[in-house]
Amino acid sequence: MADPNYPDDLKYHAEHDWARIDGDEATLGITWYAQDTLGEVVFFTPPAVGATLTKDEAYTEVESVKAVSDVVAPLSGEVIEVNGSLGDNPQTINEDPYGEGWLVRIRISNPTEADALMDAAAYVATLP
Amino acid sequence: MSVTTDRRSPWFIAAADDDLTIFDRSRPGRRAFTAPTLDVPERPLDELIPAALRRATPARLPEVSEPEIVRHYNRLSKRNFDLDTGFYPLGSCTMKHNPKLHERIAALPGHARLHPLQRPAAAQGALELMWSLQQALGEISGLPHVSLQPSAGSHGELAGVLLTRAFHEAHGQQRTKVLTPDTAHGTNPATVTMAGYDLVKIGTDAAGNIDVADLREKATDEVACLMLTNPSTLGLFEPQIKEIAQIVHDVGATLYYDGANLNAIMGICRPGDMGFDIVHFNLHKSFTQPHGGGGPGAGPIAVSDRIEPFLPRPQVVRREDGSFDLDHDRPRSIGRLRGFQGNFGVFVRSYAYIRSLGAGGLREASEVAVLNANYLLARLREEGVLEHLPAAYPRLCMHEFVLSGAPMKHELGIRTLDLAKRLLDHGVHPPTVYFPLIVEEALLIEPTETETRETLDRFAAIVADVLREAADDPEIARGAPYSTPVRRLDEAGAARQPVLREQF
Repeated sequence: MADPNYPDDLKYHAEHDWARIDGDEATLGITWYAQDTLGEVVFFTPPAVGATLTKDEAYTEVESVKAVSDVVAPLSGEVIEVNGSLGDNPQTINEDPYGEGWLVRIRISNPTEADALMDAAAYVATLP
Repeated sequence: MSVTTDRRSPWFIAAADDDLTIFDRSRPGRRAFTAPTLDVPERPLDELIPAALRRATPARLPEVSEPEIVRHYNRLSKRNFDLDTGFYPLGSCTMKHNPKLHERIAALPGHARLHPLQRPAAAQGALELMWSLQQALGEISGLPHVSLQPSAGSHGELAGVLLTRAFHEAHGQQRTKVLTPDTAHGTNPATVTMAGYDLVKIGTDAAGNIDVADLREKATDEVACLMLTNPSTLGLFEPQIKEIAQIVHDVGATLYYDGANLNAIMGICRPGDMGFDIVHFNLHKSFTQPHGGGGPGAGPIAVSDRIEPFLPRPQVVRREDGSFDLDHDRPRSIGRLRGFQGNFGVFVRSYAYIRSLGAGGLREASEVAVLNANYLLARLREEGVLEHLPAAYPRLCMHEFVLSGAPMKHELGIRTLDLAKRLLDHGVHPPTVYFPLIVEEALLIEPTETETRETLDRFAAIVADVLREAADDPEIARGAPYSTPVRRLDEAGAARQPVLREQF
């Protein structure tokens, strides 16, 4: 929460999302910058398990004390697990955006899409 | 830092911190009113209200004396920050002074005590006032047909989008999309969704105008309407409004004017002349109805000839013999939008405002609103504030302007929220914050025409002071406010676990 942090083992999307790719699966979340800009997150509504994500398109919303914002999919795939604990504790997204604050796990449908994502250094260079 | 002893009495502090409710103050048998002796024959209660319709136990009402009631609400009112207390530059809300003369006029018995079920023949004065207000709003907007029914800006928006639907349906068309800029007031997308349309957002170009190329691409024959605020929520006038209107009309859609920012253009230019089909007014913003507590408001709409047949019913009309009436005979109308005819007191105040200023006065009000905003922006620049809080779009603004707190966050370590909270300690209300959404750490400042130069100078100096203080010690602003009845609120808790009901 306190200081900016962009782990090197993640892939980043320009809409401030990250993907941790593990074989044909990936865990998705929002970046430190995204949670910092949103402010305190008060609601997160996960998509249904089995839902289809399309890269670059919104798949869910997070609501902070400032605004409701779309969460954009960094990769296409099918949702195989959602982080149910965020329903009661959405502020985990602020506290631990890359760990306990993960949003969904997906089965990747198009592995080559990952090539279009940025590494940490390239993503940080896009931030104001 | 000097240490000062708090010399206030513990009794004084307890009174200042007193947060008892009116129910907490209740004591059995106390009362503020004694009914006069009954001077008509008493009838059994069962005759008046059948037992089955009466509650079994009396309602729990607070039992308090009149001075206790007066002190209770007076104490609460002092804990609030309001326009009669200090500067309130809340962008897009037009917190201008509400002339006290209007209160006197609204309180006249003929205005205040008229029953809403009164027959039109016995309410000619009220109907004439409403009709005259309709005429004035038609003239101000350049759209001749007015309905006073909608009772909030958002309600006016909903009316406008329902009129759009009725208009397209009358032409045998089922359109599915409504366009709004990405700077739109949050009510616009909410209205679109509530009316059953899909929302499509239009981007903003580098100069802060609507992205006309993006509009051209998204304007298809599936589009029912473009909802636009002009000047925009960035406080900027859309110079390409004629072209925008052309694009929208070329695909057969309607152009809707969100009147929240009308205060910048009254008597100078008219939405109808720009090509808009439907306008809503916020009488509680531009036309001096006191507001900020959720009502009562009024969001009348004005429309062009082609939309007129669908206006809500009844309409206030003048008959050929010069009498005024409610016209229910409107077969193509979208119907009623509310019970009765609207918040009449708001109409009285707004009509009083329009008549006391006249056409020239309204124009001057808008001119001074724009002048004050530009003056304040220039003063903030002189104070060095814009080094950390640059204007989001450095050009002449209209009645309000947007600063970005992004550099302040990086350079001084305080956010827009911290600045806003610290302003409270200096006795001014913060501007609108974090809106429009496209500007990072946004502050939307609208001084209005009713503030003096000294007030604007003082505000600029206060913001500069807060920034200097933050450069020295950002923790002070981060912990603010210190002088208000409550400190930082738990906004996440308020959103997630709201306590909406006091348990007895």
